[in-house]
Amino acid sequence: MKKLVVAQRLSAVLAAGLALTACGSGTPATAPSTVDMSAMPGMSMAAPPAGAPVAADTVSIKDFAFAPAQVRVKVGTTVTWTNGDTEPHTVTSNGNGPLKSPTMNTGETYKYTFTVPGRFEYLCTIHPFMTAAVEVTA
Amino acid sequence: MSEDPHGMTRRQLLRHTAWFGAAVVLTVASGEVISHIHTPGAAAEPVVDDPNALRFVQVSDSHIGFTGPANTAVTDSFTRAVNQINSLPYQPDFVIHTGDLTHLSTPAQFDQVRQMMGTMRAGGHFTVPGEHDSVDDAGQKYRAAFGKGSVGDGWYSFDLKGVHFIALVNTLSLEKLGHLGTDQIEFVRKDVAGLSADTPIVVFSHIPLFAMYPQWGWGTDDAAQVLNLLRRFASVTCLNGHVHQLFTKTEGNVTFHSATTTAYPLPRPGTAPAPAPVTLPAGQLADALGIREVGYRQGSHSLAVKDVKLA
Repeated sequence: MKKLVVAQRLSAVLAAGLALTACGSGTPATAPSTVDMSAMPGMSMAAPPAGAPVAADTVSIKDFAFAPAQVRVKVGTTVTWTNGDTEPHTVTSNGNGPLKSPTMNTGETYKYTFTVPGRFEYLCTIHPFMTAAVEVTA
Repeated sequence: MSEDPHGMTRRQLLRHTAWFGAAVVLTVASGEVISHIHTPGAAAEPVVDDPNALRFVQVSDSHIGFTGPANTAVTDSFTRAVNQINSLPYQPDFVIHTGDLTHLSTPAQFDQVRQMMGTMRAGGHFTVPGEHDSVDDAGQKYRAAFGKGSVGDGWYSFDLKGVHFIALVNTLSLEKLGHLGTDQIEFVRKDVAGLSADTPIVVFSHIPLFAMYPQWGWGTDDAAQVLNLLRRFASVTCLNGHVHQLFTKTEGNVTFHSATTTAYPLPRPGTAPAPAPVTLPAGQLADALGIREVGYRQGSHSLAVKDVKLA
């Protein structure tokens, strides 16, 4: 197998050029320079889900996000989540909370009836950057 | 401190060189994408011809059970990785799979990966779990299939040919980012306490231990505590998966190498609304998949890392 190995002394400019070429042709990401590290937030605690709670008893899962990200319901309400993504997702409480869906494939739903008031934060265990919450009022 | 004509201090120059010099150098020859990651003092090649050298292979993110359009045959792709390993001109000391062995943590998927890894010709087979391996049970099925010899929730360490390896689990207790937890950090503290500072350290984890793209969960919120414990060591190499693309970064004594996948690519950070599987034009998928060969010769400062696309 013939291999052409570019020496490490390759200039930064050329390396960047190769990386751009690689990027344009859909080959693996290789160039550290493409990530703007300065734009990254710190690694501190994750911020709560954005937006004020919305009165709703259905939550859609679309494009790797729960929408609305925060809903408000009264005690006794059944909330229904529906996965509209092609990827599977879960609805899973943080810690020991009550939400524990099975893996939801495309089009599948999960229902849970909230019987006590409180704030119930949850996420998708498969994509844990997907976070959301249900506020249950008395 | 000497300064070069451009006003860059030697330290800055070294860091700059590390950034580009340690970057994956990519070239295409005979249709094969090859990247060599060289750091100063590393062996020029992954020391394939030296039986006394350490040689291992990293595979990652096989996602057995995935059926989406981004790769409708992930089992075939992983089979190619197995065959590629078995075709190497040497037998690796071990193969490490850095997680997301399965797509949905089903017993059948775990069984299939376990059997396929068993056919890899290597001195040993190691794994760390990905979040796809603990979808609904906090990793119980993963540990039942792969947890032998591990402690806590699946972490462990071992020594081989002068290198100390630490395999971490940062895919449980997740909230946004990867998380190690106090038990595991304490494990590392005790684990490295007796090691001399010139012992090369290699750390395996699924999710990166550096902040590659926290908005997509590509980082570990308490990784700094482990990295602090490793600060006194001359050479620390962190190998991870999760991001399905090659990426290299050096911070002080630590070099991070994200591996690619054998299943399907993910978008480059920030270039898509979400880290959803990317369906490439026909014929381009194989260019995005690969395995990684790693070599270390005793006395060298750092490891030689070579990323090879799936044959």
